[in-house]
Amino acid sequence: MRPAIQFAAAVAVSAALVSAALAFGGVPSAVAADKPDPVAEAKAFRDYFTKKFPQLKLEDFVNGPYSMNEDMHRQWEEKEQFPPYEFSLDMGKEIFTKPFKNGKSYADCFPNQGIGVRQNYPTFDEKEGKVVTLELALNRCREANGEALFSYVKDEMAALTAYMAFTSRGKPFDIKIPDDPRALEAYQNGKRYFYTRRGQLNFSCATCHVQEPGERIRAEVLAPALGILNAMPIYRSEWSGMGTTSRRFTTCNSQIRGVPLDPQADEYRDLEYYLSYVSNGLPISGPGARP
Amino acid sequence: MSKIRKSMFSGYDPMGGNRFSLATNAEHVCAEITLERKSKVMRALIVSLSSLFLIGGAASALAASSEADFKTAYAAAEAANKEAGSLRNQWTVTAAALSAAKKAADAGDFDQAVAQSKEAEALARASIYQATSEKEAWKALEIK
Repeated sequence: MRPAIQFAAAVAVSAALVSAALAFGGVPSAVAADKPDPVAEAKAFRDYFTKKFPQLKLEDFVNGPYSMNEDMHRQWEEKEQFPPYEFSLDMGKEIFTKPFKNGKSYADCFPNQGIGVRQNYPTFDEKEGKVVTLELALNRCREANGEALFSYVKDEMAALTAYMAFTSRGKPFDIKIPDDPRALEAYQNGKRYFYTRRGQLNFSCATCHVQEPGERIRAEVLAPALGILNAMPIYRSEWSGMGTTSRRFTTCNSQIRGVPLDPQADEYRDLEYYLSYVSNGLPISGPGARP
Repeated sequence: MSKIRKSMFSGYDPMGGNRFSLATNAEHVCAEITLERKSKVMRALIVSLSSLFLIGGAASALAASSEADFKTAYAAAEAANKEAGSLRNQWTVTAAALSAAKKAADAGDFDQAVAQSKEAEALARASIYQATSEKEAWKALEIK
């Protein structure tokens, strides 16, 4: 009896060891299976929207709700005759060109002196190991030159980014993911944030902007996620003023009854990285106007 | 024995009249009487206990919540909301309920303060559940 028990025990131990070996051996392939493929994912993302709205030209997606509805598109064309963001654009140019107290300016902080570079933001800073958005880069520039930081959500920051976007109009988004696992992780984190349901309403970003673009939520027509950041910053009638990407993210969170994170929290930086990357190739159209 | 016999008095017929003729029912009579007696005792016991609980319940409902009750309920709600914060998933409605609880407590209305604290705790727990389940569930929405 005893040898039988010992034999059974030996078999059980061996089986456990084999299972463990298989499990550990399986880890790399499991990780490989979960490893994101940004190129393929961006293609799938674009295909989803182009199939959903076959009548739309690819570059029209950057016009958000105005691309979804013919009447609204006409209204938008008329609005663009006297765009509501114009005052902000003028203010942005003035702030951008005015030197800091130390004599330097924003132009000293950016490639090509900050002109026509919007399409390259967010970037992945390999020194810091994190995503750097245009808004963050602008405030870092101010900080480095002894200036007080601007609010991330509106006013001066919206004006500055409006001006920089305007100098990039028509240039396609060109977001890079360097060969750095941290960059890929940031992309993946942004994607996770985009699809994760939150708030008491149990909505994710995708609930509105992937599942229901073109549909109405109350009086508003929902914009497709493809090209949704190309028009930032925007003048929103609902805000009676300009707002940055940070403002858009934080207000989206509070609208679904979630407590927004701090503007430029890592999650929002990663989200902007992901959303901009999947819109690569679509032209910058900011500053924009929205209902 | 049928379910009807267990819960209804002997011979009860939901459609009216008697379920059994006297002749066919005769053999059950003794057992029925015994059961009915037992049932009456049980019924009396249940009624007495229920009354006792009702009185107890009414008394506790009438008893006003104390400041200590509020502090306990509020601390539990705050702890749950803090946990939701560590998951980066607090809800605005939780914050509103916590704020309403504090306001009621400041006004000396501890019944309301306790009710709002409990509401806040329930909301915070729902947000924790959401954050935990979404750790994997988000993948179902992804465009592939």
